[in-house]
Amino acid sequence: MSATVAAPRLQSIRHRRVTLLFVLLAAVAVAVVLSITIGSKSVPLGDAWTALTAPTGSENDIIIRSLRVPRTVLGVLAGVALGVAGALMQGHTRNPLADPGLLGVTQGAAFAMVASIILLGASSLLVYIWFGLAGALIASVAVFALGMVGGRGGPTPVTLALAGTAVSAMLYALTSAIVLLDEQAMDVFRFWQAGSIGARGSSVVWQVLPFILVGLVLATVNAPGLNALSLGEDVARSLGQNIAMTRTIGVASVTLLSGAAVAACGSLSFVGLIVPHLARPLSGTDHRWLLPYSGLIGAALLLLADVIGRVVAPPGELEVGVVLALIGAPFFVALVRRRKPVRL
Amino acid sequence: MTALSLRAGGLSWRVRLRGVAITLFGLGLLALLMALNMRIGDIQMTVAEVIAATFDPNSAAHFVIMELRLPRALTGALVGAALALSGAIIQSIARNPLASPEILGVTTGASVTVVAGVVASGSVYGGTSGLLSTLGIPALALLGGLIGAAVVYGLAWRRGLDGYRLVLVGIGVAAVFTNVKFWLLTVGDVNDTGRAMVWISGSLNGRGWEHVAPTALALAVLVPLTLLGTRSLDALRFSDDTVTSLGVRTNLARALMILAAVLLAAVATASAGPIAFVALASPQIALRLARSGQPPLLCSAVIGGVLTTGADLIARTAFSPIELPVGIVTAVLGAPYLIHLIWRARK
Repeated sequence: MSATVAAPRLQSIRHRRVTLLFVLLAAVAVAVVLSITIGSKSVPLGDAWTALTAPTGSENDIIIRSLRVPRTVLGVLAGVALGVAGALMQGHTRNPLADPGLLGVTQGAAFAMVASIILLGASSLLVYIWFGLAGALIASVAVFALGMVGGRGGPTPVTLALAGTAVSAMLYALTSAIVLLDEQAMDVFRFWQAGSIGARGSSVVWQVLPFILVGLVLATVNAPGLNALSLGEDVARSLGQNIAMTRTIGVASVTLLSGAAVAACGSLSFVGLIVPHLARPLSGTDHRWLLPYSGLIGAALLLLADVIGRVVAPPGELEVGVVLALIGAPFFVALVRRRKPVRL
Repeated sequence: MTALSLRAGGLSWRVRLRGVAITLFGLGLLALLMALNMRIGDIQMTVAEVIAATFDPNSAAHFVIMELRLPRALTGALVGAALALSGAIIQSIARNPLASPEILGVTTGASVTVVAGVVASGSVYGGTSGLLSTLGIPALALLGGLIGAAVVYGLAWRRGLDGYRLVLVGIGVAAVFTNVKFWLLTVGDVNDTGRAMVWISGSLNGRGWEHVAPTALALAVLVPLTLLGTRSLDALRFSDDTVTSLGVRTNLARALMILAAVLLAAVATASAGPIAFVALASPQIALRLARSGQPPLLCSAVIGGVLTTGADLIARTAFSPIELPVGIVTAVLGAPYLIHLIWRARK
């Protein structure tokens, strides 16, 4: 009896979720079009299409093909990666304030990358990425460990956020120590730490793509296990979940996604923080839907922030990392000021 | 607990002998570290030579001691004391061992305004004047520190001040200031950026008497006032309801004490840049050593001086001949300590 009542409802929920997925895809598409056409030199939509399909070598074609397209693709990749990483981190730590930037993963990657430049003479992005991933891994394991000790006795959002701040501060100090000794490294580093998806070229895209794809596959595999874990470790265990395995896959996925995004674009705070909060009202708590929604919203948010940064401070640009902080921090403060603390 | 009651007119203090002993021991240690700082440098000196140079204006070493090493060491000790005192007050009020003026927006606010000043006075955006880049830095830092604290305090206020909310709002606001600072660093010329980087790491390099004076003055005025306020701090440890029933005007007392803490941290930051973690760690060390219920103010201040002076000694000598900013040393030493505090706090 109940099954016959529930079936149509389930079907309508499913229907709504698929529709929303397409709405979000459309939003990303709009953001992509804006990102390709708007900038210090705006290109009409028709010309942009010509540049992509039948290039003639005109100035517009060169701008579109060598600057805007790689920038946009990188924005989509980094946005998807950070959005999914944020949702995974918040799910695993059950902390509504979790974010790769706030919890020290970004600075971990930064430190390892700068160390590789100065200490080992690394000079290609491919080498930086491996070091960035290693740094991100160490930092994320440290923060996850702090975030998950004990059950009820575990740290509150406050202590986790502070732990992230502390880890960040120490790594930042070590990074500055290295950078202060070498002016050339400083010149590279200061642009990296502001966070940007512009002027990175298409080779960056190809180099980070494999890491992000593997990270997304792991995230997909992780979603059902994370659903079980969100019922509590005891329930998950009684459902036959291998908790250690689920956690390991989660950490690996977060590391690959945020490490690759950060190595390619620099420090982009708040994407991982905001996006799951926007996605959750649409998806509910099911991570199989929350993760793709978060990825799409992340891509749209990052591209829009980048477009805003290109037009607000002519003739220069505001790095997308700065725009994200200016958008993200009020969001964070509003989240904190809510009467009832947000719970997951 | 061995305690002594002092009464003067209508006021009374309970003085814990253990705290007094720790404070005196800390002062001795501070003197020792400062003496070491006097001796060690490009020109190594014995204690006798230091003393001789101090009192002989004609000796070659007189300038090194009186104009270079002594003001630097004094700035370090005073700045450390001011930061620690500020941290002790804030931790008592937030009822959270993890709170500090760094969280309250003082240091991050100061960093942003200083970097903005350095960039504006540099070559790229037209340049205002050379004066701004030298004399103006402490003034900018003070202003930025006060603005930063006002922003955090204002955003965290919601029919009262909740310790946790204060800390979290502080982290959010700090993230914005930090990102704006990063952006400003990309706008400037790389040489200006280098100068700004040293300052925003917290450095005692090249500190003179002009840096000693404001910090000493701030401490001279604010220490007595905050000691008077201790009585209300003791009460503020309890919940708001209890405090109100005890007859302390909670929000006014809190606001005044926070103002004092902000001023201390802002003056210290203006003198030496944001020296990380001293404000956070010193009160907690003092609290454990003195075994008191909340951070003892004077004892914290002395320990802050010891930590900063010790860290500067490491910063000057560990990678000799290269000198690191002291703030980098305190950050590297302080962060593991903060993590340790968090581990403990989970119980």
